[in-house]
Amino acid sequence: MTANELPPVEGAPVAPLNIHESAVEGGDHSGEGIWARAWRTLRKNPVAIAGFVIVAVFLVVALLAPLLAPYGAHALPGRGEIRPTLIPGPSAEYPLGLDRYGGDVLSKLIWGARASLLVGVLSTLFGLAGGVALGLLAGWFGGWVDVAAMRLVDLMLSVPSLLLAVSIAAIAGQSPSSVIIAIAVVQVPIFARLLRGSMLAQRGQDYVLAASALGLTRGSVTMSHVLPNSVGPVIVQATLTLATAVIEAAALSFLGLGGGEPSTAEWGRMLTAAQNELAVAPRLAILPGICIAVTALGFTLVGESLREALDPRNRTRR
Amino acid sequence: MLRLVVQRLLLLIPLLLGLSVLLFAWVRALPGGPVTSMLGERYTPEAAARIEAEMGLDQPVWVQYGKYLARLIEGDLGTSLRTGRPVLEEFLTRFPATIELTLVALVLAIGIGIPLGYVAARRAGSVVDHASVVVSLIGVTVPVFFLAFILKYLFAVELDWFPSAGRQSVTMVATHPTNFYVLDGLLTAEWDAAWDAMMHLVLPGLALSSIPLAIIARMTRAAVSEVQNADYVRTARAKGIKASRLRSDHIIRNAMLPVLTTIGLQVGLLLSGAVLTETVFAFSGIGGFLAEAVFSADYPVLQGFVLLIAVVYALVNLIVDVSYGLIDPRLRRQQ
Repeated sequence: MTANELPPVEGAPVAPLNIHESAVEGGDHSGEGIWARAWRTLRKNPVAIAGFVIVAVFLVVALLAPLLAPYGAHALPGRGEIRPTLIPGPSAEYPLGLDRYGGDVLSKLIWGARASLLVGVLSTLFGLAGGVALGLLAGWFGGWVDVAAMRLVDLMLSVPSLLLAVSIAAIAGQSPSSVIIAIAVVQVPIFARLLRGSMLAQRGQDYVLAASALGLTRGSVTMSHVLPNSVGPVIVQATLTLATAVIEAAALSFLGLGGGEPSTAEWGRMLTAAQNELAVAPRLAILPGICIAVTALGFTLVGESLREALDPRNRTRR
Repeated sequence: MLRLVVQRLLLLIPLLLGLSVLLFAWVRALPGGPVTSMLGERYTPEAAARIEAEMGLDQPVWVQYGKYLARLIEGDLGTSLRTGRPVLEEFLTRFPATIELTLVALVLAIGIGIPLGYVAARRAGSVVDHASVVVSLIGVTVPVFFLAFILKYLFAVELDWFPSAGRQSVTMVATHPTNFYVLDGLLTAEWDAAWDAMMHLVLPGLALSSIPLAIIARMTRAAVSEVQNADYVRTARAKGIKASRLRSDHIIRNAMLPVLTTIGLQVGLLLSGAVLTETVFAFSGIGGFLAEAVFSADYPVLQGFVLLIAVVYALVNLIVDVSYGLIDPRLRRQQ
C-alpha cells in the first residue's frame, strides 16, 4: 500500500454537512454538487439515454408537427374514399392508412403528439406549482397551517384519481384546457405531500440546526437550505408524473372529456373512435396506443434513472 | 384491535364531512347551476321548483348544506337523470359486478406479482428478474384501456377464446339472487352460468390487473432484496435453519409488510381503472355506468358515486391497516 492510498487520517477535514458541497465519494469529483453528480451518472446509464432519446424524438415531432405532418390537424383528405364497410389501409399517399372519418392516420398521430405532450407538460407544471406552493406552506409554517393543508391533501387523495379528474373536468367543461386543469389538480396533493415530507426530514438535520444556531431567520433557512435539499424526490416524481399525465390525458379524452369533434387529432380520442373498428381496422387502435405507451415509457425511464442517480444509497456503492 | 377499528372508523367521519362539503360545493359550481345540472333534459318549471325547494336554494348556504347532509344520512343520494332510478340503487345493483372484476384483477396481480417479484429478487440478474422489470414497465406505461383493446382484439375478436363484452352471454338463462354472477351460478348450482360468467371476467380482469401487478411485483422484489440481506436472515441461516423455514418465516413474512401497504393503495387505482376497463368490455359495473354518466352529464350519479367510492376506498384501507396487526406482532404489542 503506497502512501497516497492510505485512508484519511483522523482530524483531516471532514465532509461538510451541507449536501450541496458534500464530498462523500472521493475521486476528481469531490467538489461537485448533487445535480452534477446525478448528471454524470445519467450520461453513463444506457436506460437513461434510451429514455432521453424517446422523449427527444416525441418532443421534436410535437414541435415540428406543422412541418412533418403531410396534412393539417383538422384535415380529412380521404373523406371521399371511406365506405361503411371499408377503411383504406396504408398506401403511398397515406403511409399509415385512413381512419373512419377520412383523416390521414400519420398526420393525426403527429398532431396528436403535440396535443398529448402539451397536456402532459402543462398539467405537470401546474400540478407541480400548486403542490410545491401547498407543500411549502405546510413545511414552512408548520402548526395548524400544516394540519389544514394535509387534511386537504387527505381529502383529495380519498377519491380515486380518475374520478377526481372527471369531477373537475365536469365543472370546467369539455375542452383540452379542462383536461389540463383536471390532471393538474389531481397531482397537487401528491407533490404537496412529497415536498412536505421531504422538508420535514431535512428540518431535523444537523446542518439546519447549525444554520439556525448561526442566527439565520426561519425564512432564509427554509429557502436556502431546507428547500434545495428537499426538491430531489419532487423532481423525480415530476418526471414520472409526465408519463402518468400523458396516460391520464388520453384516458380523459377517451371518456369524451377533451371536447371537440370525434375526429380530433388526439391519441386518446383516436382510441375512442377506433373502438368500433376493432374487427375491421385494428391498426387504428394499435398505433395511437403505442404512441401513448412509448411516450410514457420515455418519461418513466428518465424518471427512474434520475431517481437512481439521486439516491444517496447508490452513491457510495460504485 | 377493536380499539383500532373503532378509532379508524371515527376518523372516517371528518373525512366524509369534508367530502360532503366539497361535493356540495361541486354541484353549485357545475355549468348552468345546480337546478339545470340536476335536471338535465327533464327540465320543467315544476320540476325546477321542486328541486329548488328540496335543496332550499332560496335559503342561506348552511341551511342548504344541512338539508343535503340530512338527505345523505337518510341514504338519499338523488336520482339518476338517465334512468330515473335512485343513485344508491343504481350503485348497489352494479357494485357486485365491479367487486367481482376488481377481485379477479387483484387475485391475478397478487398471484403473479408476488412470486415474480420474489424470484426476481432471489435470482437477481436472471431471466425472471429481467422479465419482472419488463412486466413492471408495461404496467406503468401501457394505458389500461389500450391493453384492454389489445386483449379484446387478440383473444376475443381474432382467436375467439373468450367473450368480448358483457358479464354473461345473452343466451344464458340464470337466476341472480346476489348479483355476483359467478357466486350466483354456484349457489343455484347453475354450473354453466357460473363458468360463463367466469369466462367473461378473464379478459377485463387481466387488463385491469396490469397496474397492480406491476407495482406489486416491483414492491415485492425491492422488499425481498432488502430482507434477504438483513442481519437476522444471515443469523438464521448461520444457525442452520432449514431453507424452507428461512424462506417462509424469515424472508417472506417480513417482506410482505410493505407489499401489503401497496396492495391497499392499489384499490384506488383499480377503481379508476375499472371505469376504463368496464367501458371497453361493456361490463355493467359501477365503472361503466360512471363513464356513461360522464357522457350524458348525469351529475347526480357522478356526485353520489364519487362519495360512495370514497367510502369504499376508505374502508378497504382500514381493513388493510387492521390486517397489519395480524401480520406484524410488533404493531399488535404497541397498541
